[in-house]
Amino acid sequence: MARLILEDGRIFAGEALGYRGTAQGEVVFNTSMCGYQEIMTDPSYHGQIVNMTYPLIGNYGVHSEDTESDRVRVSGFIVKEICSYPSSWRSGADLETYLIENRIVGLKGIDTRALTRHIRARGAMRGFISHDDASSVEELRAAVDKVPSLVGRDLVQEVTAREKYAWNRSGSGKRFQVAVLDYGVKYNILNCLSERDCELTVLPAGTGVEEIMALDPDGIFLSNGPGDPAAVTYAVANLKKLIGKKPIFGICLGHQLLCLALGARAYKLKFGHRGGNQPVLDKRSGRVEITSQNHGFAIEKSSLKETGLEITHLNLNDHTVEGVAHSELPVFSVQYHPEASPGPHDSRYLFDKFVDFMAN
Amino acid sequence: MPKRTDLHKILLIGSGPIVIGQACEFDYSGTQACKALAEEGCQIVLVNSNPATIMTDPEMAAHTYIEPITAEVIEKIIAIEKPDALLPTMGGQTALNVTVELAAGGVLEKYGVELIGASLEAIRKAEDRRLFRNAMDKIGLKVPHSGFCKNQEEANQLAEEIGFPLIIRPSFTMGGSGGSIAYNREEFEKAVVWGMESSPIQEVLIEQSILGWKEYELEVMRDQNDNVVVICSIENFDPMGVHTGDSITVAPAQTLSDKEYQVMRNAALAIMREIGVDTGGSNVQFAVNPDNGDLVVIEMNPRVSRSSALASKATGFPIAKIAAKLALGYTLDEIPNDITKETPASFEPMIDYVVTKIPRFAFEKFPGGDTTLGPQMKSVGEAMSIGRTFKESLQKGLRSLETGRFGLGNDGKEEKCANLEELIEKLRLPNADRIFYLQEALERGMSIDEIFEYTKIDRWFLHNIKEILDLGLKLEKLTIDTLPTALLRQAKEYGFSDKQLSYLLKVSEKELREHREGSDIRPVFKTVDTCAAEFEAHTPYYYSSYESEDEVRTSDKEKVMILGSGPNRIGQGIEFDYTCVHGSYALRELGYETIMVNSNPETVSTDYDTSDRLYFEPLTAEDVMAIIKKENPLGVIVQFGGQTPLKLALPLYNAGVPILGTSPDSIDIAENRERFKEIIDKLGLVQPDSDVSYSFEGAIKIAHRIGYPVLVRPSYVLGGRAMEIIYDDEKLATYMRSAIQVNPEHPVLIDKFVEDATEIDVDALCDGEDVFIGGIMEHIEQAGIHSGDSACALPPISIEEEVIVQIKEMTRQLALELKVVGPLNIQFAVSRGTIYVLEVNPRASRTLPFVSKATGVPLAKVAARLMVGKKLKDMNLSELEPGNYVAVKEAVLPFVKFPGTDIILGPEMRSTGEVMGIDTDFGWAFAKSQAAAGQPLPTKGSLFVSVNDHDKPLVADVVKHFVELGFTIVATTGKARYLNEHGLEAETVFKVKEGRPTVVDLLKDGKIDIIVNTPLGRASKFDELSIRREAIKRQIPIITTIAAAKAAATGIAAMRRGELQVKSIQEYHALAGRTSEDS
Repeated sequence: MARLILEDGRIFAGEALGYRGTAQGEVVFNTSMCGYQEIMTDPSYHGQIVNMTYPLIGNYGVHSEDTESDRVRVSGFIVKEICSYPSSWRSGADLETYLIENRIVGLKGIDTRALTRHIRARGAMRGFISHDDASSVEELRAAVDKVPSLVGRDLVQEVTAREKYAWNRSGSGKRFQVAVLDYGVKYNILNCLSERDCELTVLPAGTGVEEIMALDPDGIFLSNGPGDPAAVTYAVANLKKLIGKKPIFGICLGHQLLCLALGARAYKLKFGHRGGNQPVLDKRSGRVEITSQNHGFAIEKSSLKETGLEITHLNLNDHTVEGVAHSELPVFSVQYHPEASPGPHDSRYLFDKFVDFMAN
Repeated sequence: MPKRTDLHKILLIGSGPIVIGQACEFDYSGTQACKALAEEGCQIVLVNSNPATIMTDPEMAAHTYIEPITAEVIEKIIAIEKPDALLPTMGGQTALNVTVELAAGGVLEKYGVELIGASLEAIRKAEDRRLFRNAMDKIGLKVPHSGFCKNQEEANQLAEEIGFPLIIRPSFTMGGSGGSIAYNREEFEKAVVWGMESSPIQEVLIEQSILGWKEYELEVMRDQNDNVVVICSIENFDPMGVHTGDSITVAPAQTLSDKEYQVMRNAALAIMREIGVDTGGSNVQFAVNPDNGDLVVIEMNPRVSRSSALASKATGFPIAKIAAKLALGYTLDEIPNDITKETPASFEPMIDYVVTKIPRFAFEKFPGGDTTLGPQMKSVGEAMSIGRTFKESLQKGLRSLETGRFGLGNDGKEEKCANLEELIEKLRLPNADRIFYLQEALERGMSIDEIFEYTKIDRWFLHNIKEILDLGLKLEKLTIDTLPTALLRQAKEYGFSDKQLSYLLKVSEKELREHREGSDIRPVFKTVDTCAAEFEAHTPYYYSSYESEDEVRTSDKEKVMILGSGPNRIGQGIEFDYTCVHGSYALRELGYETIMVNSNPETVSTDYDTSDRLYFEPLTAEDVMAIIKKENPLGVIVQFGGQTPLKLALPLYNAGVPILGTSPDSIDIAENRERFKEIIDKLGLVQPDSDVSYSFEGAIKIAHRIGYPVLVRPSYVLGGRAMEIIYDDEKLATYMRSAIQVNPEHPVLIDKFVEDATEIDVDALCDGEDVFIGGIMEHIEQAGIHSGDSACALPPISIEEEVIVQIKEMTRQLALELKVVGPLNIQFAVSRGTIYVLEVNPRASRTLPFVSKATGVPLAKVAARLMVGKKLKDMNLSELEPGNYVAVKEAVLPFVKFPGTDIILGPEMRSTGEVMGIDTDFGWAFAKSQAAAGQPLPTKGSLFVSVNDHDKPLVADVVKHFVELGFTIVATTGKARYLNEHGLEAETVFKVKEGRPTVVDLLKDGKIDIIVNTPLGRASKFDELSIRREAIKRQIPIITTIAAAKAAATGIAAMRRGELQVKSIQEYHALAGRTSEDS
């Protein structure tokens, strides 16, 4: 038996999955029906235990080209049923072996829908997974109480590149130099930029303005990443100085940090947006994009007044801010993931827009 | 973009009769479209020839035309109604084809009717395989290598180029009609001939076979703002080579990674845009090479489809309803998602369960037909099931099929192959039972890889099946006392039914159930919510699963549960769904909360807003009892869904569940021969002599006592299954051997067959005190032909008033004696002044919707009211008086799909659907019914006659009538001589083996326009078969009874007298003096 205990005391008992041990983090759910490997390796999930709402996970195995960073990033992984006999013409390993190799502790065989409904009703909360049958409920409770909250914690420094590196995929041209501020960047963002003839220099999140500008980039890209934007104060401070110097494009945490740098505020959503089916309205074209999302914080609409930012994109489910653009500067950002992976490719045009800004 | 304000009156075309490839799903989509358009204030003009549909209910549209769906008829309707627009995408291929014809003929332009939903260009681009292939080339998508040809020579050339195996697809047919696979030159040549004959433009596509590739479907929607969303992905369990309608399919796709899925999604979006479907839903089919992931596009349907109905039920997203709104100009983000209320329709549903659809076949009805599954659809219905895992979903699906299996094997009903060779063939050649042979393959120790080699079924599915079977093996070794609770729980999570478990653990089902519930293992109910629980669901649409949390919010209101009719099958189709839906509507109107239980995804009953609550569940005692325990309804209605719920009446009653309406005891009296005989005797009525036999010798003895001909059948009957009329000992012996094999538990019933009788069907209602005669129908064909397969007229056309009075009285007596509360149907046979009672069914009949449509009295609704205690005397119901108009119901038979089978009508029902022809004149009503059924009567030309000796004395009269109508007569030597003797001129033609030209040659040359051919018996069977097959292929009307030939002559006479007139059903009802449909 393995158990998940939530901070409000609810326990879900199932079977041990993956590496034997314990896991802790904020428990969130993702509604994507495929793309589990991309999700697991997305650095934005650092510090979180992900509950997959689709009950059958691992059906097509794991593949080296489906990773979004160099390792599995989730703190824990919860599924209804895991597949130990994956089927795919390119299949490598099975998912559980992959979890074990990556020392990821998981839980399977629970009513994942009940867990999802619980989070929906009560909000994302801290959780603790234990594979130890012998632990008493009191011990579990004590353990979950000790799990730190995401709020106010700088998780970026735990996932950002230690040193800068170049990202140039073969075949890509070299028209633009882009400085990528790595708050926990996904590979596919780098790929989407490379495909558009960008030569990338990926920089640690704390890289100073002088160092960035010394690269003489054509544009600056602010990546996605985990946790509470308000805690990444050094990034906000840097951005304040960068805005106005070069075209800037931000995604997810990068979007939040950009907004914060211009004076807006972020708040924590009850249970966030995580999945590949979120409808976003592009206010300028009137068209709807189906987007891939993964965020627990959002920018407060009212706080955008007098920041110079206009709301360009809105979430049609809950009308939260999904994208902004500066009214004068070539600066824009989106809360969702145009690089998808996993998810629909409806929003790739945003990368083109960034390239256009750099070209002009 | 808000809705357009210039569209006030919209013409909607339905799909006509239920045929293989086009079933209830188009009533579901049409009904949704009607409701959605009405909600927007549009006036709807509806055309559909199928009276058994909800969409043709008079209150669904302003003007409902139950008329043949032909360009000629629709032009007349357009001329009268002058609609602003035509929405052609809701009525399947039938509606699209007739729309193309109307547009091409300039009719739409002439009357200024705009096509909405899909433009003519888009329809052509999607439907014409040549244009489609060019479109795919343009957007860089691959299609299988193929070419078109119009003759054998071109075909052979293409075959040479592409190489075998090849797929032959005729252009412009529905449900893959006329399509086949050829592995060699010989098969190929036959296939090409057949394909060209099936195609309305005599053209076939010869296509590279991608047999064994993985098959997928995406259901896509687009609005006029170019927003495109994918509603559902579907993966086929059976790989390419089996028509998707005949494949087991699952949703969502199971074995695609996100990268692969997004490639497919992008392709689907590009296809929508390139084909130019401006608004609405489409279905795109793909194949993926399992060895390297290569993707090809198979086809695209620019309309709602069987798959879109499935996708709607699978996700909770109502595709047809939204498509109708998009056609009016709304965009997806302007339409709310009904289920969540807060979020818009511009999203992609996420599901957190697995949906499995399993087709149901009826090969036993068509002996001689090819039972291999291929590119032409052959299934007659389908069941859908929902589970949290594939294993649970699959097993629930298999028991939802109601084929006597209660899951994947493990029920002692496995049929084993004689040897490995046979097994391998069963695996290699797709067939209806292939899933069960997988079990034997695994048991024989075949590896997953080996099974994959034979079947190409993805290993992921095979592994899941192995897990189910492995667990079965584990359970088999245990007893109920040694069974660990955790293992029992796991078995339930794997979808094992109590029935299977009781077999494996060697206890009764009851003991098993008590033990299980004693161990606190019970199902919980989860919600279908479009969003994987991300938002709260407001629509109570549930499925069961063995999980921890139950989501049902029960209420204190008085609740009535209606049990549906499960998957469509021959004998139990849309008619029973219609009655269930009406029952629900009527009781909701009375303030009850209604609970629908059904497993058929095509239907209106499984639309989430038909009832207050919907349980998408198998209709077995176990599954239904679980819902009853949850909901605790005031009562359960078992009289509306056909045999499926009726069979549950007794088990439910014995479990203490209140059954509404007629008591299970009365139902038993009607079904139990001896008990029923007592009633008949008591009332002084007459029944054909009958007896029951448990043995071979007994049967012969009985037959001798009551005298041949006899009607024989097994004791439990559905749609006349295994029923036959027998004239001699030899045939009886043959029958007994096969029938006893069919059903060893039940005896065989032997009835005296009343020859040359006119059959009468009565639908009536009773509240225990009063009886209301809903309608009296006179069959066109004589008694002995299953009532579901014979045409009938309402009111009767030739029965004397006196007989009708007697029949009404008998109906009253029987209804009151049986204490019927609700509907009942009685079949009488009238022969030489005697009225025989053939059968009494104290439940909703197949004809109930037809009678309701014809008379304007909503019988099923009234029946539902009676079941909850309302009284007839408080309702102001009046019978339809003869003299106003006549409605003719005609059956539609699927012979074209089973080319090897004989088409003679008999006591075994074989039709899949029905149409109605209505007119003030019987001749016209009959002619319309024939046109609607796809066999329009010719008004001139030549008639080929070939009748048996029995019918000989009657034939001269009929032929005379045709001669008077200007027909030339063709007959074989003997018959021609006979006719000449009676002063009728007839050309002589050779029998098939006598010389040339034979009648088949004349048929091929188009020199015969109508055929009257009554069965001649064994001797000339070969001749008849080839004649009938040829006629079916060429859609030449072929009439197999003298009675129908007479009716046809009357119809032709009417057609020659004047022009076809159309009138809406609302106008007809006004003629009958009905002010409004409802009482």
